[in-house]
Amino acid sequence: MKLHEFTASRAVAAIRRCEVSSEDLVRALLARMEAVEPQISAMLHVDAEAALAEARARDAAPPSGPLHGIPIALKDNLSVRGQPCTCASRILRGYRAPYDATVVEKLRRAGAVLLGRANMDEFAMGSSTETSSVRATRNPWDPARAPGGSSGGAAAAVAAREAFAALGSDTGGSIRQPAAFCGCVGLKPTYGRVSRYGLVAFASSLDQIGPLTRDVRDAALLFNAIAGHDPHDSTSLSDAPADLSSALGRGVRGLKLGLPREYFLKGIERDVEESVRRAARELEKLGAEIVEVSLPHTEYAVATYYVLATAEASANLARFDGVRYGHRAEKPSDLLEMYGRTRAEGFGAEVKRRIILGTYVLSRGYHDAYYLHAQKARTLIRGDFQQAFARCDAILTPTTPTPAFKLGEKMQDPLQMYLADIFTIAVNLAGACAISLPCGFVVRETTLPVGLQIIGPWMREETIFRIADAYEQATAWREEAPPL
Amino acid sequence: MNYEAVIGLEVHVQLRTRTKMFCACANTFGAPPNTQTCPVCLGLPGALPSPNFEALRLTALTGLMLGGAIAPRCKFDRKNYFYPDVSKNYQISQYDLPICVGGELVLPRENYPKDAQKTVEESRRIRLVRIHLEEDVAKSFHFEAATGVDFNRAGAPLMEIVTQPDLRSPEEAFAFLSTLRLVLLYGGVSDADMEKGQLRCDCNVSVRPVDQEELGAKVEIKNMNSISGVRRALAHEIERQMDVARNGGRIAQETRRWDEAAGATFGMRSKEMAHDYRYFPEPDLLPVVVDSWIDEVRRAVPELPVARKERLMRRLGVGESNAEVLVADRELADWFEKAAATTKNANGVANFVVNDLLRELGAAGKPLVESPIAPEALGALVDLADAGRISSSQAKEVFAEMFRSGRAADEIVVERGMEQVSDTDAIGKLCDEVLAVNAAMVAQIREGNVKAVGNLVGQVMKRSQGKANPAMVNAALKEKLGI
Ligand SMILES: [Zn+2]
Repeated sequence: MKLHEFTASRAVAAIRRCEVSSEDLVRALLARMEAVEPQISAMLHVDAEAALAEARARDAAPPSGPLHGIPIALKDNLSVRGQPCTCASRILRGYRAPYDATVVEKLRRAGAVLLGRANMDEFAMGSSTETSSVRATRNPWDPARAPGGSSGGAAAAVAAREAFAALGSDTGGSIRQPAAFCGCVGLKPTYGRVSRYGLVAFASSLDQIGPLTRDVRDAALLFNAIAGHDPHDSTSLSDAPADLSSALGRGVRGLKLGLPREYFLKGIERDVEESVRRAARELEKLGAEIVEVSLPHTEYAVATYYVLATAEASANLARFDGVRYGHRAEKPSDLLEMYGRTRAEGFGAEVKRRIILGTYVLSRGYHDAYYLHAQKARTLIRGDFQQAFARCDAILTPTTPTPAFKLGEKMQDPLQMYLADIFTIAVNLAGACAISLPCGFVVRETTLPVGLQIIGPWMREETIFRIADAYEQATAWREEAPPL
Repeated sequence: MNYEAVIGLEVHVQLRTRTKMFCACANTFGAPPNTQTCPVCLGLPGALPSPNFEALRLTALTGLMLGGAIAPRCKFDRKNYFYPDVSKNYQISQYDLPICVGGELVLPRENYPKDAQKTVEESRRIRLVRIHLEEDVAKSFHFEAATGVDFNRAGAPLMEIVTQPDLRSPEEAFAFLSTLRLVLLYGGVSDADMEKGQLRCDCNVSVRPVDQEELGAKVEIKNMNSISGVRRALAHEIERQMDVARNGGRIAQETRRWDEAAGATFGMRSKEMAHDYRYFPEPDLLPVVVDSWIDEVRRAVPELPVARKERLMRRLGVGESNAEVLVADRELADWFEKAAATTKNANGVANFVVNDLLRELGAAGKPLVESPIAPEALGALVDLADAGRISSSQAKEVFAEMFRSGRAADEIVVERGMEQVSDTDAIGKLCDEVLAVNAAMVAQIREGNVKAVGNLVGQVMKRSQGKANPAMVNAALKEKLGI
């Protein structure tokens, strides 16, 4: 097996046994990037020399942690001291973060090497990585298709074997949906489980950082490294996350798994649904009990999300004004013109659409009808999950209603694009945790992966890891690689 | 027609905390521009606020000192507006759930301007609307062709106190701010120096015919940088509004800027539209559960100036004017109480503090903490005088020397040979000597010329070089003469 085909766990073991060096791994991945990037465009910025220097430093030092010497790619919205952090936006061109995000600090402490920065939808606003101001990333399974988004670059890089693992961010499905489209594993931890400090905010009450990996055990490896309380993020949970090692390999006997009635109705493609139902039957065979549950307010999730997420985004993105960093319009005649032109030139169409929407729903006279209403709907949606989790240990759904769609297919129709996240959005609104992993393939001109989403109660990551691991071990989907 | 003014105040107070409101940057002033900044207070992408508990505590303490209702839970909100001095283009503030609602401040006569104290009839109670916490903004500096922003102050904890429109005159506004300032100093909440911007006050003022219920058009005035400046600005603005009203004009609702040098207010060029701040709950911060720590703050509420003045007068026997001077400065009152605790004569100590100590400190240009005389040492001096070991004029002299050299009172008394001789045997010996050489006068006295005793006392005093206790000399002579 070639080095770039390793999983992160295998690379960890190989380094520990001194079979390879961290520098070997970085060189292998850089070579792989050189080979496939022209087709995929997963990465925005790779400082090869810096990555190699970090790798050599790790090689020269005694083993420092569970990720010692392992190269990890980062979505371009995670701050790394001295590196660009553009969120794939023109407005942050030239900006270099002067500090490390907490997850970056934690990765460094675990021994990881920072490989480079992955493409994304601009400010994480999109579901296809097409709103990136730089270029669209392509799906390794079919370069004519989108890798999903917004962490599409991270998912494509992992799927195309350009990185063993990556960190992305998930506001409404931005880790899970591209993981499903690209055939990798993506985890959205419980809200507050992973510190957001250093993650450029899209919607603060929904954003969570999580891993994108080739298999479930790698996801656990990364999650262990980045989870935990952070005094710099006052929304981070104070209790320590459970140790996942006991969850892996434990099987699903005795677990009750819920299939939500509302997720198997309209919009879902038949073979996608069939893949997920087959996965449920597989888990049943492994000893789990399948029950039907109901999430009755599901139909309000997308609307609720687009009110709350855009409201928060309209404030979060206000700081990009040309005063202190990033793009500034040339020769403005006064302050208002500087603001207006800087933002007009710096933001792409989708970001502008969401800022305008978010500003509107918070405006006097509309605030109650939209923002307050959406807050109430959010409470109801959270209540749905609470009730469902009283009846089951975890919920199984498709991650997306369709496999990867074609580039350009939904760019003209924002609503169709928003509906691509219909099965993932409610989890962010509820704040619960969820993982997506491959559960089969469907044919659309080419063979495309399908994602199974396992949703767990708040702070019960070990439950969804236990289920995902049992399913993965019993099936062979992760053996499949995209035809590159 | 007679008009009256209606005034409400919005007071911003910089809290005395070690660090800023939402980051670990130092909360101090005077550093070179943009040196006390970090990703959080600069509003860099990805940075998150974490609340300063001390600032919450001080705000709650202020609420308790002013008798407000402390909310069991409060939260922070985002106030959205674009301006270069707001690093995130939203300010973290409190909208519908402030830490404290209500409260009031009673205005004691002595806190009115000196020239207005005579006309104060009743003690006025000024009701408060609310007290909340927010982050301060940066400071803009306008140069010829550009504007610079210094973010050192950005994110400093700022408490806002809003009054009801209960004030009726510039003098009441003066008294309110003086009284509030003292409360803030007593609580250790702020250094509350208006000239340093630690205390800022915007005034909402309108005029209306006396007997009219409805309020006139509200004018906001800004940019006053002293408490007397607030008084002057209000006096000018009220006069201006009354002039307009008397001449049948219409007062425009606007914001006016006080120009101290010109002694007048000027309308501010206001091209900004009516603001819609689009408040919504700050998602980066959890609601604050005040209930879980408020009892601790309750225990820390200090005795306030009004109560302290009462106690100094009633319990320690300090005169009213002394008590007023003492409580006007918490540090001074603390110093006084330390000194008074070492002696029975508290008012004696108060006299020294209010008259001598303050005068000497003033002349030497020294703050109280640098006083060469320790509180206990002053107590000892008062005791010396009270015990009759030195006269009161000698006590003044000793005080001056204590202040000059920092030495103890008894040491100075001994060194200068001031101490009165109160030894009965020594006095008796001196009396015998004088009696022996004044046989004629003794005879006269025995015959009834009692007045002549004074002459003998004088001679004894002279022989003692003035150190003998005159009362004792008098008594000893009379005893020896059998009269
Ligand atoms: Zn700071």
